[in-house]
Order: sequence, then structure tokens, then C-alpha cells
Amino acid sequence: MVSVILDGLARAISLILAGDPVLVEITLRSLAISGFATIAASLWSIPLGALIGLGKFRGRVLLRGAFNVLLGVPTVTLGLVLYLLVSRSGPLGFLRLLYTPTAIILGQAVLITPIIVSFVANTLEAVDPDVRNLALTLGSTETEAVLMVVNESLEGVLLSVTAGFNRAIAELGIALMVGGNIRGVTRMLTTYIALETNRGEVAIGIAFAVILLAIVAAVNLSVNFLQRRLRR
Amino acid sequence: MIEFRGVSKDYGSVKALDDVTLRVNRGEVLTILGPNGSGKTTLLKLAAGLELPTEGEVVYDGVIVEPSNAASVRRKATLVFQKTVTFRGSVFDNVAYGLRLRGIGADEVERRVTEALDLVRLSHLKERRAGTLSGGEQQRLSLARALVLGCELLLLDEPTANLDPDSLIIVKDVIGRLKGEGETTIVIATHNLEQAESLSSRIVLFREGRVIEEVHPEELLVAPSPEMARFTRSENVFSGVSKVVEGVAHISVGGDVEIMAAFSHEGQVLIHVRPEDIIISRGRMESSARNNLLGRISGITEQNSIVKLRVDVGRVFTVQITRKSLVEMGLNVGQEIYLTFKASSVQAI
Repeated sequence: MVSVILDGLARAISLILAGDPVLVEITLRSLAISGFATIAASLWSIPLGALIGLGKFRGRVLLRGAFNVLLGVPTVTLGLVLYLLVSRSGPLGFLRLLYTPTAIILGQAVLITPIIVSFVANTLEAVDPDVRNLALTLGSTETEAVLMVVNESLEGVLLSVTAGFNRAIAELGIALMVGGNIRGVTRMLTTYIALETNRGEVAIGIAFAVILLAIVAAVNLSVNFLQRRLRR
Repeated sequence: MIEFRGVSKDYGSVKALDDVTLRVNRGEVLTILGPNGSGKTTLLKLAAGLELPTEGEVVYDGVIVEPSNAASVRRKATLVFQKTVTFRGSVFDNVAYGLRLRGIGADEVERRVTEALDLVRLSHLKERRAGTLSGGEQQRLSLARALVLGCELLLLDEPTANLDPDSLIIVKDVIGRLKGEGETTIVIATHNLEQAESLSSRIVLFREGRVIEEVHPEELLVAPSPEMARFTRSENVFSGVSKVVEGVAHISVGGDVEIMAAFSHEGQVLIHVRPEDIIISRGRMESSARNNLLGRISGITEQNSIVKLRVDVGRVFTVQITRKSLVEMGLNVGQEIYLTFKASSVQAI
């Protein structure tokens, strides 16, 4: 067992040092797909989180609760639903999205929406309500005041987006079910790890797992650094 | 300029304002005097267009404030909160915020921000991150951030609470200067009587969300109503029997305590000694002050640089000292100290 792990680590190091083309390709694809998914999800999730966190409307608590429940949706379940939607006979079948990177981006974006919405709502709620009142009394519009609140909790918003990215790049269910793990097209780090391990190539599985961990660590460390810079 | 007509404001089951009718005239300095939780802050928020009444109406320049026009009220009136809030970024950026919202050019922003910071003596800190300023500096920053806009109505919520002595002087000076210029209408909410006396042209006493009475500062000193006296001089108020001996009133206030005062009322009197007029010492002080009382410290409360001691001399006195004195004298609860104050510091109310 230990020798398998050590073998995997050695393999990982040699692949990285050699700049293995498969490794580079799969890593870049994973980063791009999960990166796009995170950006897309942020576009609607941050405003939605702000609305839930700062808005005063009927049903706010209910909506919040709903997003909290969605936090726990298993990726395979979501993958299945998306598969049914985008498969040839599904309602979105005409878009021909099945087994494309776009399908994975879409799926991951949906997957991480509840994470970003809930976390952003939480972090904005925690900001002193007087920040908004202050912006308003200094002559801002409601929208400008909300932007000021978001700006005040930028660290928290950044953390929410990072949590979303972490979940996206580490998930397997959606990438497998709507991506299909097609070599050169939709093969991702997680699907490749699963594939190689199933084929008995445990060392390669470990090598790629190490790389996945390294990416997550690198992204989180950079965000951490950025947060510290932002802190006053 | 702004008028409250039968205004009530509820927060859930809490009635913050209860049928308030009040008029603020252009150019005046109005003080809303009242204890904490009496609805002063709510009143200011309504005047600032940040909140709308549950009942009644707020009328600004003859127009009823409604959701649709609250934004335009907010451009004319600005509120300085009691609790200071700073935005991320430099002191300069904080003060520039409102001007930039109004689309004012960079040169003018620079000029006006510098001017405002000069006024509150923070120019030397303009590049500093606002969050790193001390409490008093942040309060001055808040004032500059509002002043720079040149709004016609300035609403100040406890502008001198929790201030260090230097900041206190600066803030009072700025308010005094604005009052002198007469272009800005100012409403100050405070629980500090002294401030009400020195800065305002009219004082409204507030309690439990209602206007209790309205007075002019001069009347307050000469003949305050019982309600006003009860609220405003809540510390070191004693009732007793006065007897004048050789031109000095000797007042027995109970607890074997006799206070000497430089007035000539005899019989039942109500007297007041300001906490800041009392000097404390570890040993008996040789001085011309007539009142010298030995007591024991029964409580110490601190608020920033100001410390209040409760000293039991038979009756409990409140004494105000600086934090520095507290540390230097090494004072603790239970210690014996002397209180010294002049007979002329004792006021009959």
C-alpha cells in the first residue's frame, strides 16, 4: 500500500518535471472549465446573494433556506438531472450539449450556485448595517449602497467564490455524466483519476490526485494572500 | 425646513417614536436631548430620509417625504452616526466618497476634501487607511465626510460621545463655526446637557419617543423645569436642608454628609455638583475649597479616555477623571479617597 502511494508520488513528480503533455492538457482543461463555471456562477450568484442577504422582501427567509438545502445536493443527482435535460431526447437536447465542455461548465455553475449564494448572503448580512445607511446618507443610490457593502466584505465574497471553485474542480459526478470523460475533449482531472484507478493504474491515479490537490492548495493560498492584502 | 407631523415609528412591537410633532427651522441649531433609547436616533434617521414613519408625515421644504423622493432628501441632509463607520480605503477616499457620487471633478474633490480634513485637523493622516485611525479620529473623519458635502441639513447623533479631549475640542469648534456661519441647519441628538447648553439655539427634551418639552438654553440654566432638571442633572443631585452660616450655605444631604455652597437659600434645596468639578486625592488636600469629604470608591466605569468613579462618602458621588489619572493614582474599588470641590461649584436647581 505504502509502496503504491510512494510510487504514485514519484510518478507525479516525474510527470510534472517532464511537462507530460497529457497532464498539462487535462490540468489546463480542468482549470478552464471550472474557472469558467465559477465566473459564470458568480455573475448571477453574487447579486442573488446580495439580494437575499440585504433585501427586505417577503419570502426571503424561505429562499435562503432553499439555497441552504441545495448546498447538499449530490453531484451525481445533479449530473443525472442535467443528463436528462441535455440528452438527445431531453427538452434541451436540440442544443447538442451532451458530452461537451459547455455542458460541464453549465453543470458545475449550477452546482456551485447555492454555495456562492448562501456564502455571499451570509457574509453581507454580517456587515454592519450602518455601512449601507452611511452610503445612503452620503447620497448614494440603493444600488451604490449595496456595492459599498459588497466592497466592505470583499474578503468574504472572495472566499465564497473560492469555495465554489473548490467544489467545481473537485467534483466528479457532473463531469462524468454530462462530460463523458472523452479523451482530448471533456477529460478532467477527476474523471481521469477515476478512470485510471479503475483500470488498475493506481500510481497514475495518485499522481493526478496529487496534482489536483496541489492546484486546490495553490488557488487557496493565492486567495488567502489576496485576502490579507485586502484587509485594512 | 423640516417638520414632523404626528410621526410614530415602530420597529416590530417597539415604538421608537410616539406621535412626534416638531419643526426644525432653517439655520437653527436644535438639540434633541434625551436618555439612551428615547428615540433620538430614530428621529434623525427619519430626518435624513433613511427611514419612513409608520404613522404621520415628515415634511421637507413643504414636500411630504415618501419612498419616491427619499433619495432627494438624502442628497440635502446628511447624518453623522454615533457609532463611527469607515469604508475600506484611505481617509481621503472616505471623505471623497460623497463628492465622487455627485460626479464632482477630481480637482475640486481634492480641494474640498483637503479643506474638510483641515477643518477637523486630519490632513496629516489623509493617506492612512481609515480603519487604523483612533476612535476620536474616526469620529472627526465622519464629521469631515459629512461636512465636505455642504448639505443644508446636518444631523449629528451624539457627536461628542466617547471622544478624547482633543477631538472633543475640535468637534465642538467645528459645530460652533458652522453655527456662526448660519448656512447650515444642524440637529444634534445628545444626552449631554453641557453640549446642549453651549451649542444650540433651541433644546427639545425627549423621553420614550415623545417630545416632553421645549426650552431655550438660557432658560435651562436659570429655571429648568423639574422634568428637565431630573433628566439633565442625574448625577450628584442631592436634596437636603440648607442653613446659611456666615454667608455660606451648609446643606445636610443625609448620610452625615454636609455640603457647603456659595448661595443663600435656606430650607429645603435641591443641589447639583458636576462630576468634572470634583478633585480627588489620596490624602487630605490643603486648599481654599470648602468641601472636603472622605469616602470609599464603590465603582469604576471607563469609556475611552474618560473614567467615572462612584465614591461613597455617606452619599454616593460621581467623579469624572481621565484614564491617565486613574492609572497614575493607582485607584481601585474599596480604596479611601478625598473629594474636594469649591462651594461655588455647588448649584441649586
